[in-house]
Amino acid sequence: MSTVLAILRKDLLLELRTLETVPAMVLFSVVTFVIFHFGLNRAAIDGQLAGGVLTVTLLFAALLGTGRLFVAEREQGGFDAFLLAPVDRSALLIAKALALFMFLAVLEVIAVPAFALLLLGPPLWPPLLGLIAVLALADVAFAVVGTLVSAIAVHTRARDLIGPIVGLPLLIPPLIAAARAAGPLLAIHGSHTPSGRWLAVLALYDVVFALLAYAVFDFLLED
Amino acid sequence: MTSYGRGLRALSLTTIAIIGAAFALVFFYAPLDADQGFVQKIFYVHVPLAIVSLCGFVLGGLLAIGYLRSGEARWDMRSYVAIHMSLIFSVGGLITGSIWARASWGHWWQWSDPTLVSFLIVVLLYATYQPLRFSIEDPERQSRYASVFAIVAGAFVPLNFIAVRLAQGFVHPRVLTLAGGHLPGPMRLTFAVSLMGVALLYATLWKYEMAAKSARMQVRALRRALLGEDAVRPLRRSAAPS
Repeated sequence: MSTVLAILRKDLLLELRTLETVPAMVLFSVVTFVIFHFGLNRAAIDGQLAGGVLTVTLLFAALLGTGRLFVAEREQGGFDAFLLAPVDRSALLIAKALALFMFLAVLEVIAVPAFALLLLGPPLWPPLLGLIAVLALADVAFAVVGTLVSAIAVHTRARDLIGPIVGLPLLIPPLIAAARAAGPLLAIHGSHTPSGRWLAVLALYDVVFALLAYAVFDFLLED
Repeated sequence: MTSYGRGLRALSLTTIAIIGAAFALVFFYAPLDADQGFVQKIFYVHVPLAIVSLCGFVLGGLLAIGYLRSGEARWDMRSYVAIHMSLIFSVGGLITGSIWARASWGHWWQWSDPTLVSFLIVVLLYATYQPLRFSIEDPERQSRYASVFAIVAGAFVPLNFIAVRLAQGFVHPRVLTLAGGHLPGPMRLTFAVSLMGVALLYATLWKYEMAAKSARMQVRALRRALLGEDAVRPLRRSAAPS
C-alpha cells in the first residue's frame, strides 16, 4: 500500500510541477465542445445527444491522458528502477490507475461545467448527483482499461497509434452504458436518477476489468 | 517438437466430406423458409462462421494463458494462429451477415440487431491484434504482450455481448437464438452439420498453419546449424519465434 501511495505521490507531484497532461485534456475537451457546436450547428443540445457528446468527448480526452501515462517511466528508466525495487508489481497498476482516475476527475470538474455553459440546454443542477455517479463509474473503467492498454502500448513502436486503436474497442461497452445513462439525465424535464441497469453494467465492467488487469499486469513488466 | 502434420490428411478429408454433406443438406434437404425464401440459406454459412470465430477468439485467449503459465513459445504460436484464423472467419461472418441483412431486412447494416453490432465491435478489437503484435520488436516481449491482449480480449467477448444486448432493450425480437431455438427439425439438423463442417474447417486450417509454421521453424533451425547464425535473416512480421 505504501508503494502505491509513493508512486501515486510521485505521479501527482510530477503532474503538478510540469502541468503536462491534465491541462491538455481540459483544453482538448473544451475545444471539442466548440467543434461539436459547429459540427452539429446547434446552440444547445439535450437528451441523448448531450449524453453522447459529453461521454464521447471525455472518452477521447481520457485516451489523450492514457497516452502520456507511462512515458516518463519509459524515457527515464522508471520501469527498470521499479523492477529492481523489492515491491509488488501490481502496485504500479493500482497507482497508475488511481492517478489516471484523479486526472479524469479533475478534468470533469472543469469540463462538465464548461459543457453545461457552452452546449447543454437544460440546467445541470438537478441531475448533477446522478451524473457524478455515472461519470465516476465510467472513469473507473477508463482508468483501468486505459492503464492496461497504455502499459501494453508503451513498448510498441507506434505507441501513439496502438494505444487508441486497442483502447477504443475495449471501451465501447462502458461508453454505451455511460452515454445511455447520461442521456435521460440531460434531457429537458428528464429524470434525476440514472437508470440502475446502466450503473450495474458499468459496475460489472469495472469489476471484471479491474480483476483482469490485476491478473495480467505482472506479465507486462517482466524482464 | 510436436508434429502438426500428423493426421492432417484424415482431418482434411473429413472436413471436405462434412462440408460437402452440409452443402447437400442445405440445398436439397432443408426446407425453404416461408418468409425469406432461398436467401435464408445463407444462415447455414453465416451463423456457423460467426459462432466458430467467436469460439476461436476465446480459444486464442485460453491458449495465451498456456503461454503465460509455461513460457513456451509454441503456446503463443497456437494462440496467434487461433486468433488469425478467427479473424478471417469473422470477416466472412460479417460479410455474409451483411448480405443476409440486405436480403431480409433491406439494409446492408442494421444497428438494431445486437448480435451483429457486438460482433462488429469484437472484430474491430481483434483487428488490432496484429498491428499491436508486430509493432513490438523483441520476440519474447511480443509473445508476452500478445498473450496479455489475447486474454483481455477473450474475456471482453462475452462482456461486450451482454452490454450491447442490454443497449437494445429486451423487447427486440431475436431473429435467431444461438441454440437454434425455433428451428424445425430438418433445419436444425442441417444447421448442426454446417456448424460441424465450419468448426472442422477451422480446426483443419489451424493445423495447416501450425504445420507450416513449425516446419519453417525447423528449416530455419537446420539452416542455422549448418550455415551459421548469420546465414538466416531474422523474420519480419512473423509469430514464429526465430
